[in-house]
Amino acid sequence: MSKFIYVFRGGRDPQASPERMQAQMQKWMDWIGRLKQQGRYVAGEPLQPGGKVVNTAKKIITDGPFAEGKEIVAGFFIIEAETLDEATAMSKDCPIFESGGSVEIRAIQVINP
Amino acid sequence: VSSAVNIPNLVDHFFRHESGRLMAVLTRVFGLHNLELVEDVVQSALLQALESWKFQGVPADPAAWVYRVARNKALDVIRHQAVADKSAPEWLSLHRTTDAIPMDQLFLSSEIADSQLRMMFVCCHPDLPEESQIALTLKTLCGFGVEEIARALLTTDANVKKRITRAKRKFLEQPIEFEVPAGEALKSRLDSVHTVIYLLFNEGYSSSHPHELIRRDLCAEAIRLGLLLHDHPACRNEDTSALLALMLFHAARFDARLDAEGGILLLQEQDRTKWDQELIARGTYYLSESAAGEQITRYQLEAAIAAQHSLAPSFDSTDWQTLLMLYDHLIQMYPSPIYELNHAIVIAMTAGPDAGIDAINAIKELDTLQDYHLLHATLGEFHLQAGRLEKAQACFARAINCTSSHSEKNLLERKLSATRRFV
Repeated sequence: MSKFIYVFRGGRDPQASPERMQAQMQKWMDWIGRLKQQGRYVAGEPLQPGGKVVNTAKKIITDGPFAEGKEIVAGFFIIEAETLDEATAMSKDCPIFESGGSVEIRAIQVINP
Repeated sequence: VSSAVNIPNLVDHFFRHESGRLMAVLTRVFGLHNLELVEDVVQSALLQALESWKFQGVPADPAAWVYRVARNKALDVIRHQAVADKSAPEWLSLHRTTDAIPMDQLFLSSEIADSQLRMMFVCCHPDLPEESQIALTLKTLCGFGVEEIARALLTTDANVKKRITRAKRKFLEQPIEFEVPAGEALKSRLDSVHTVIYLLFNEGYSSSHPHELIRRDLCAEAIRLGLLLHDHPACRNEDTSALLALMLFHAARFDARLDAEGGILLLQEQDRTKWDQELIARGTYYLSESAAGEQITRYQLEAAIAAQHSLAPSFDSTDWQTLLMLYDHLIQMYPSPIYELNHAIVIAMTAGPDAGIDAINAIKELDTLQDYHLLHATLGEFHLQAGRLEKAQACFARAINCTSSHSEKNLLERKLSATRRFV
């Protein structure tokens, strides 16, 4: 099995009521639970909403392309899968799609010396 | 691998109830006039929990996690002095002397309960209109969103917002202490709290409400607030216990009230083995606790009536004579056409349908019930029992016109078709 990273973008609803948060959380717990049960979930971290982007060519530091809610990278998972296709298929159940977010799936490069 | 599969779970309504707790704690820090700020801090703490746990999973002690975040956010606000100029004296005294210590104490469970109790008295403050009291209670103490309150109270989002805004404006105009009243004031203020809990429960218990889940939620919240009140010795009077008993007896029948298709089942049709005996036992406990007081109150009588039904092993073994006596008492103390209508039903059970009809006709303010579907449904039932099928049909038809509830219409249609079977 190889390691893959899921990069989660958007899917935040700042106005969500507590009960809606609970429903969302439940879906994520169910999904993480299934990934763990299958031995696929390795780790996950949330990211702080703000950040900086440094463009060395123009020597400009900006607050980044974070202004658009749906573009914000909210967090990531590291999971295990046989192939990129399988990792992609496994992301189909991600609850983020229900709140308008997206997932980018990338294989983690393994360099064998 | 097995330990990795072990995921801590969130209790039901975790976010909702923590929202209620945090609102109370932070209102104590920032003052009632800063309720909007408090809402923002609470919302942002809960969102941070959601956004972190989505990716990391739920921590072992999720409540402690949320409190830590909320506390830090509150301290941030204080550091930025954003509200320094408007702050309540209590807030100043808390933070002028020392930094984090008093704030941490507020997150101890006994202090949280105390803050929630203060919030309860504020939400039910007699200077607020009753509809604002209920909406504000659902928002701040129960953690309901505006949309959820609107669905629960069968009104619009705009109306709910208006009711809450009215309350917040009041808090700005007139300083209302964020405290549990003491001495003489406590009794009357406690009455207002009881009324709001009672109304919340009724809102949920009413079978005209279309959403079963929302109804259960409202009843559960009312009971939760009642228990919170009861936990505080000063707030534990005979009415607090009786109100709890009343709610528990009714809640015990929740599962038996509907058939498999969601249709309403009447008391005599319910499968009594589905009644929750544990809730009935707890209701009995609170009712006997309440009886220790000297005077008899409305909640006690209502609870005693509910107890008679809950404790009867079958419909036929219901003690109608005792019920009659309880209703007589109730009507004498608190004249109300609704009580009198229920009284008439008990009379019909003991003296026959015509006696029931006479009792209905003797209701003092009968005209106020003309649009009440249960008046016509009851009359229809009495006429049916007396064999006057056409009159019964007319009454059921009128009852159907008076309710907009789908399940109640169905029940009445069922009654109506029963009359046709005889014709």
